[in-house]
Amino acid sequence: MTSPTVLKPTSDSDLCAIVADAADGGRKLALRGGGSKDRVGRSCADAIVVDMSGLSGVVDYDPAELVLSVRAGTRWVEIDELLVANGQMLAFEPWDAAPLFDTRPGLTTVGGIVGSGLSGSQRLTQGAVRDHLLGFTAVSGRGERFVAGAKVVKNVTGYDLPKVMAGSWGRLAALTEITLKVLPRPATSLTVVARGLSPRRAWQAMASLLGSDAEVAAAAHLPAGALGGASITAVRVQGFAPSVEARCEMIEAVEAGDARFRRVGEDDAAAIWGALRTMSPLRRDGPLWRVSLPARHAPDFLDAIKAADGDWLMDWAGGLIWYSGLGAGADVRAEAQRQGGHAMLFRDTPNTSSLAVFHPLDPAVAAIEERLRRAFDPAGVFETGRF
Amino acid sequence: MSICMPAMDAAIIARRDEIASRLRAIVPGEAVISDPTGLRPYESDGLTAYRQMPLVVVLPETVEQVSRVMAWCHEHNVKVVPRGSGTSLSGGALPLGDAVLLGMGKFKRILDIDYEDRIAVVQPGVTNLAITKAVEHAGLYYAPDPSSQIACSIGGNVAENSGGVHCLKYGLTTNNVLGVEMVLADGQIIRFGGRALDGPGFDLLGLVVGSEGLIGVVTEVTVRLLPKPQTARALLIGFDTVEEAGACVAAVIAGGIIPAGMEMMDRPAIHAADAFVGAGYPLNVEALLIVELDGVAAECDHLIGEVERIAGENGARSIRVSKSEDERNLFWAGRKAAFPAVGRLAPDYYCMDGTIPRRQLSIVLQRMADLSDHYGLGVANVFHAGDGNLHPLILYDANKPGELARAEKFGNDILRLCVKVGGVLTGEHGVGVEKRDLMPEMFSEADLRQQQRIKCVFDPDLRLNPGKVFPTLHRCAELGRMHVHRGQLPYPDLPRF
Repeated sequence: MTSPTVLKPTSDSDLCAIVADAADGGRKLALRGGGSKDRVGRSCADAIVVDMSGLSGVVDYDPAELVLSVRAGTRWVEIDELLVANGQMLAFEPWDAAPLFDTRPGLTTVGGIVGSGLSGSQRLTQGAVRDHLLGFTAVSGRGERFVAGAKVVKNVTGYDLPKVMAGSWGRLAALTEITLKVLPRPATSLTVVARGLSPRRAWQAMASLLGSDAEVAAAAHLPAGALGGASITAVRVQGFAPSVEARCEMIEAVEAGDARFRRVGEDDAAAIWGALRTMSPLRRDGPLWRVSLPARHAPDFLDAIKAADGDWLMDWAGGLIWYSGLGAGADVRAEAQRQGGHAMLFRDTPNTSSLAVFHPLDPAVAAIEERLRRAFDPAGVFETGRF
Repeated sequence: MSICMPAMDAAIIARRDEIASRLRAIVPGEAVISDPTGLRPYESDGLTAYRQMPLVVVLPETVEQVSRVMAWCHEHNVKVVPRGSGTSLSGGALPLGDAVLLGMGKFKRILDIDYEDRIAVVQPGVTNLAITKAVEHAGLYYAPDPSSQIACSIGGNVAENSGGVHCLKYGLTTNNVLGVEMVLADGQIIRFGGRALDGPGFDLLGLVVGSEGLIGVVTEVTVRLLPKPQTARALLIGFDTVEEAGACVAAVIAGGIIPAGMEMMDRPAIHAADAFVGAGYPLNVEALLIVELDGVAAECDHLIGEVERIAGENGARSIRVSKSEDERNLFWAGRKAAFPAVGRLAPDYYCMDGTIPRRQLSIVLQRMADLSDHYGLGVANVFHAGDGNLHPLILYDANKPGELARAEKFGNDILRLCVKVGGVLTGEHGVGVEKRDLMPEMFSEADLRQQQRIKCVFDPDLRLNPGKVFPTLHRCAELGRMHVHRGQLPYPDLPRF
């Protein structure tokens, strides 16, 4: 097997020329940031790899405006350091997928984070990547540079193209500059935990807290054995210290049958939320499914796929399940759909290779998707067959 | 009206009676209106400077009726303008003389409420406030709160991506909607999103929200609900200069505080509002801030103290903290009545809606004062200070020859200024017809073509709400062609309206 051709543009005009040439010559381009998600989807041997890391650096950052503009190939770790130094964060809680594929961590780029649209535990209450992507510059499949959105936090001028770019996995256009909404980093964060709850009781307890004054930022459930011992139902409370203290007391005072929440120390909290970022409790040799569904259906879904036999984690108060089982997985997808959700095959194995990576769409929606892709990329330059 | 709309098709207008009778076969009874008296109430929306009688009004009650109306219009080359409650401030629901106006006001039912997962499924004609009214007994509410919330419909909110005074902390419509059912221009019924936090495939739901009625007619909306904060308290802070008020806003944000609301008013707005509702505003200041904090009592108490301290450090002349719900509501009463209050200063006012980077505030206000002198028209400013969304209210008298045109020019200059300092044409009211011709100030031809290709994905015949948002109507076939040569696309310049 020969290694693929790699091109590394260092300017938008370089990239325009690369795309225009590929469109003229009927070639395919695979966009690559840090490569942390290279193994999501199928390999595309014929595609020319466009290494976006040459488009790097902060363009504009004024903390008081709550706006950050960076070049798409900028590494996330650099941005995180900058934001921490200014007491700010990306509230959708980006994460590095490298541990899921046993590759080198720290390489993931802002373009990769936006392109994959993957958010972390705080997405439950703070919104996803799509909610924080204010604007962008990109090169379309026509080799044409265009901008959409803006560099202010409140804007409704023109179609909201940032929404479709977030989570487009490099299939519409190549992002070159990204503007994100940033928010203050909480001064204090505490985690309160109930142990030994079933998935159904965990969903009820989390739903009840989310509907209360406790102003929970994140809520997750890890089955027995995930971190050793009984199951863990964890909620994160954050903000200013007096408020966090009051809200934790409120949660600890709730008498709800077997659900008694108690705060845990920093190390335990770090282990819980870290496990949800790295999926460390899940087996590495099975296919990995990302299942998004209405939270109340999570317990039924887990029952139906007999998840007890496999490994799973429940985030977003039940709205997101990561499942790694050994089976072929057709039942995972069918059951996700039956429960009003959808399942993405995040990590492939030989016995799942006949399945689509993305959840199959309703034909009418699929037809619109097809026209949308042609609207950005008429020649199919970004259609590499990866998905 | 000083804005050009697409040329009317006389052949369609001549068929008015036939079109009305065909539509009556789909939507029976009095729900199809074609007589001048009946059409009159629909001749404008919240942007009353622009008026146009529609060809026919149709008020369906079911999704099937909407689908059949759209399919019939599609088949017979008739344009359609969708309308919710008609409160748009940008002319989004302005009728066309040769188009069917499709009113969604009869879709009034709340279909389902899931209290545990905090989700409501509603029809598009349900008003924004009615959603909150339906769930408040369970301690929940729907967060986006445009000032027209008593009248505006959730379908219209989806079309316009409406905001409100609390959207800095709680987001706009797009951040609070989980799914929609909609009818496309050809009558096809389709769903995007659902009850999960994300959907499969591209985020088409995200495209639909804020598309201003140009890509489909929303027939059902699924929204997220939030627990109503335990307490809310507000501060009323006066400053001798706009600069100090702006610095205070920046310092609050830099202090890690995202208030539930942070509003600023300038001297003319303060005086008008106070005279109108007796809010007890300080009248010896140049700028007034209302800062609202919400959450548990401990949160409010702590943050009130922090904001008081920050305001003091930034030269506040007066600081009042609300001691009761009545007092908090009084602080807001003036701000909420600012538009009608300013309405007493002149026979008419024109409300603008640009957003700027906040650091440019004093420059923009100074330049606006210069423009006010230049055009000989007064201006009062209310301002969502937290997110930089300006609402200058231009005062004019439509009965004086030339004043409306001057007000429009003044408004356009303000919006150009917003873009020039790094901001945008509209923060929450939408482009509509009002800012349509200013779109090239913010976007290049390439940017606008890419946006219009999205329109073509959903409505290739350009029959849905034409004349809105885009300054130039390219035929979709033109836009779809591939003429790439080193990134240059040789397009013939089509005439502007």
